[in-house]
This record gives sequence, C-alpha cells and structure tokens, in this order.
Amino acid sequence: MSNGFSLAATAEPKVVTPGLNKTTMLFVLMAVAGVGAGLYAFYAGHHNVYNNTREMPWGILISSYAFFAITSTGLCLLAAISHIFGGNRLAPLANRMVWLSIITIIGGFTLIGLELESPWRMAIYNVTSPNLTSNIWWMGTLYGLAVGFMFVEFFLILTKQYKLAITLGVMGALAEVAANTNLGAVFATLSARPYWYGAQLPIYFLACSFMSGAAAAVLFTNFAYKMRNEEMNDATYKGVQSAAKVLTLMLFLVSVATAWRTITFYVGGSESGRAASDALLGGPLATNFWVFEVSIGMIFPLLLLAFTKMKSLPAMSAAALMALVGQFFSRYDLVVAGQLVPQYDGWDNLPAYFTYTPSLSELLVTMAGLGFVGAAFLLGERFFGRAFEYHGEH
Amino acid sequence: MKISDLEKLKNEGAENLPSAERRSFLKFGFSVTGVFLGGSILSLTSARTALGAVEVMPPQAQKFPYSPHYSMVIRQNRCVDCERCKEACAKTNHVPSYGYRTTILEMQRETAPGENERIFMPVLCNHCNRPPCVRVCPTKATYKDKKTGIVTMDYKKCIGCKTCMAACPYNARYFKEENRAVDKCNFCFDTRLSKGETETACAAACPADVRVFGDLSDPGSRVYKLIHTPEKVAWVLRPETGALPNVYYMND
Repeated sequence: MSNGFSLAATAEPKVVTPGLNKTTMLFVLMAVAGVGAGLYAFYAGHHNVYNNTREMPWGILISSYAFFAITSTGLCLLAAISHIFGGNRLAPLANRMVWLSIITIIGGFTLIGLELESPWRMAIYNVTSPNLTSNIWWMGTLYGLAVGFMFVEFFLILTKQYKLAITLGVMGALAEVAANTNLGAVFATLSARPYWYGAQLPIYFLACSFMSGAAAAVLFTNFAYKMRNEEMNDATYKGVQSAAKVLTLMLFLVSVATAWRTITFYVGGSESGRAASDALLGGPLATNFWVFEVSIGMIFPLLLLAFTKMKSLPAMSAAALMALVGQFFSRYDLVVAGQLVPQYDGWDNLPAYFTYTPSLSELLVTMAGLGFVGAAFLLGERFFGRAFEYHGEH
Repeated sequence: MKISDLEKLKNEGAENLPSAERRSFLKFGFSVTGVFLGGSILSLTSARTALGAVEVMPPQAQKFPYSPHYSMVIRQNRCVDCERCKEACAKTNHVPSYGYRTTILEMQRETAPGENERIFMPVLCNHCNRPPCVRVCPTKATYKDKKTGIVTMDYKKCIGCKTCMAACPYNARYFKEENRAVDKCNFCFDTRLSKGETETACAAACPADVRVFGDLSDPGSRVYKLIHTPEKVAWVLRPETGALPNVYYMND
C-alpha cells in the first residue's frame, strides 16, 4: 500500500553530473526563449511574428503539436499495454514511458497554447459552450483528461501503488486513444481539403503514435543508461528489443500507408488532392518528403533494424532517432501540403502553391517544445530515476 | 388522341408552324437538354469549377429550412470588377485593410485559339446549409442563426484555433486582429438587416445589379424567381464538399 512519496527514495544521484546539469540548463534556456517568443507574439500580434496567412492558417506549431501529441499517445498506450497484458517484455520501460508521455503532451500543449490566438477564452468557453461535433473540442478535452489521469498514475507509481496505477493507466490510455483519433479526424473530416479528407488519417495517426512511442521508448531508455554510465540490465535490454520490434512493425505499416495514400491521389479524385501530393513528390515539399519523411523517417531505420536484427543497441537507438525526426517532418508535410493548393486555383493568377516558411518566432516556439521535453526528461531522471527502474512488480 | 391515331395523320411539315410555337418548342427542348447537359458538364470538368444545374441540387437545398432563408444570386457575367461591393462591405462592416469579407476574383481565359475573355467572380461566405466551419468550431463561436440561416460569429467565444478557416471551402474567413477573433460575412445582419434594410451593403452598392439578395423561401422574391427560371442554369461553387451553399451563380 501507500508508502508516501519521498524524493530521497526516487531521486537518482548518478545522473547529477556537471555535464548533465549544463545540458539541462541548455534545454531550460531553449524552453524559456521559445515561451518568451510565444508570449511576445501575443503582445506583438501573431500576424506580425508568425508566418501564417488567411490561406494557410496552420503551420509548424500545429504540426509540431501533432508530433508531440502523437508521440505521447504511443508512449501512454505502450505503457498501458505492457502493464495490462503479460507476454511482452516492455514492462521494464513502462514507468519511464508514463513520464515521457506526460512531458511530451505538455510539450505539445505548450506549442498549441502559444499558437492559439486567444487561448484564455478556451478555458471559459470549452466548458460553458462546448460543441460536441467539433473534433478540436474532443481532442483538447480528451488530451486534458488523459494528462490528468497520467499525473495521478505517475504519483501512484512513485508511491508504489501499482495496482491502482494500472487502472489509472488504462483510463489514461483510453483517453489518449480517443484524443489521438480525434486529432486525426480534425484533418480527415474537412471535405474542403482533399489532401486530408478521407478515412485514412485517424488510423494512420494511431499507427504513427505506436511508431513514435516505441521510438521514444528505445531512445530515451538508452539515454537514461548512458547518463548513468551503466550497462543496461538484461530485462531492460529485452524491453528495448521489444520496443524496437514494435517500431519495426509500425515503420512497415506507416510505409505501406504512405505509399497507398500517395498512389490514390493519382488514380482519380480531386485535382487539388493530386496537386498537394505533387508538392511532396516534386514540388516545394520534395526535400522534406523524400529525404526526411521517407528516407530518414522510414527506409533507413527499417533497413537498419532489419539488418541488425535488433541486436545492437546503437543501431536501435539510431533507428529510433531517425524515426522520430522523420515523424516530425512527416507531420509538417501533412499539415502544410493540405493547405498549399489555392482553393480558387485558376482565378486571380493564383500561384500553383502558396508559400509558407516558418518564421524565427515559430521556430523558437517549436524549440520550446523540444527544450521542455529535453529538460523534463533529464529532470525526471534526476528526481524520479529510481522509480523508473524495473522492480519486477508488474 | 391515341398514338395509333396520330400515326395515321398526314405530316403537316414544320414550315407552316407559327414562330411562337417553334420558339416554345425549342425552349422546351433546351430546358430538357440543359438538365442533362448540366449533368454531363459535371462529369467532364474538374469538380471545383463544375456547374450543377439547380435541378440536380440536393433536396435539402430546396426545402428552405429557414424563414427568411437568406441567399444571394450572383449574375456573374454582369460583374465589371468596379469593386464598389468591396468598398461598401468594408465601410459598413469595419473590415480592416488586411482582410476582406467579400472580394472579386478574376480570370483571363481563352475562348478560342487567340481569343481571350476576362471574367470576374464575386465571392463571399456561402452561408451553407451544412456549414463545415460551424461543425468544427470547438466553442460555438461560429454558428448558424436558427431563424435566418446566416452563419455568424460570436467574437468573444473565438479561441483563434482557425479550424473554421481550414474547414471553409470558400476561403471566406480571416482573422481580425482587432477582435482577436475570426471574422466573416454575415449578410450585414447586424449592420443593415436588423435595422430594417432589405439588402446587404454589397448588393445595394452594385451598379450592375450583379448581386441579388433575398429570401429564397419566398416565391415572390427575386432570388426565388431567378433560381426557378427554367431556362437559366444556376450553379454553386465546390458542390462536391457537401456544404450545400446558399450563394448561387448564373450568367445573365
């Protein structure tokens, strides 16, 4: 039962080193600079510092929010699955995954909070004037619920109330799945945007979440042991291998989804859907798509994992990092491509594609998300590191 | 008279028919083939520019769920791009210079080899019967007025997520910094209609009578009559989105 919570029991002195202190400070500075840029944007007006326009209302802040939210869902789901169902070896990674899931979604919230023009109104009218047909409403509400459940779950883990923690973990996972699928539906239900519209995106987002979650589990578990200058114990190593298997499977599924998603635009349907796909294959987003989303994000990690047969920790970590980088670009490609093609194409000498490049402020705010997750990961290891170790209780 | 009896009659030939009768026969033929032509054009052109004859509009659009069911008929080929509608709109509704509620699009198109024509198309919010913007708004900051069907904004509820801007098939929305909220055409509801005017500012300002505004559920209204003129082909923009717009286009 409850043992109370004491930092002395969970803190990990091994990760308190000058080098890690400096790294933490660097991440904190990134977060502070980015949040500062975001707050300044409220004062200066988003239209003056963000490069979004009437025609392209969404940019890198939305896509990076989606990246973090999707990663959070994957982490939460894999943690819950490892806790509920036996027969897999992910359990030694699970407590760390819960923490990572919490911090990635908060990283995402930071971005969306700074992206919304009047987020304070959300606090009032999401409650007093909810629109139940709105995917944005469901997504925000469910991710909010999920983070609440996970906070309680994490506290229960710290205080070693594992049975109750699993229940909260399941509730968190259900909320995360529902939120994630609504995030897919935000795009998938807009018939005005042929590149997004259709049944694929919600299930694709879920597949991406398993992929990003598994990749983050592999990468951050490896970092955690590197930070301690310790060899990974056998149970944890097997857990990382299991996560790498999930990653491999999901890389394959997402590759298949990407291939057919692309091909369907060339066999009929809307012209602007095809034009958007052209932007990825040979237009303004081609480098992003071929180099980052496809090569670094899917083909290289898949080949690396297949050839090393998940027996090399550096190879698994490299594949995980590549998959995450690929996912970051993949979200950007999706969000931007959906808006690039003018709705009144053919009129007003409109260009074939609108242009959008993130502004310095947008990049800084994006860095705030990365900085927050980096700092929170390191501080998590510092203060709760021993609670992340596997004790064989589950 | 039965068809078997008709067959026995002598062919009188067409040369002796009065011209009024010929004309009405041709007109009848045109309106019948026009329906089918509308259908065939729909399948031959890209969906964005597809012309849907009013006869093929989904039945919801003909039930007129609102009273008055405000709509606008734009007689596109009368527009000369004088932009008085834009000026009147901006002045009436305090539209800032960086945005617009209505604008005029222009296109140079080749009608035959070496022959070009310039055409203009006024656009605005289509006040759809199934408005995608209203569905996606998390806080009901944009809603469809229950009485008039006008899609309008409650600025104070807008969180600025811009999903409505992404969802609108017509690029009818912009973010108005002054309100910290999305702004859009509301058929001048607050500035004119609620004060007893019967027309929007843009329709009233148009010297070429391009924009005809009125109640589509009233058979006596001009919009009703225009839409229900058999020999006229009316179309809407982006019918494939299923938004069921209330702004109709036709050529005079």
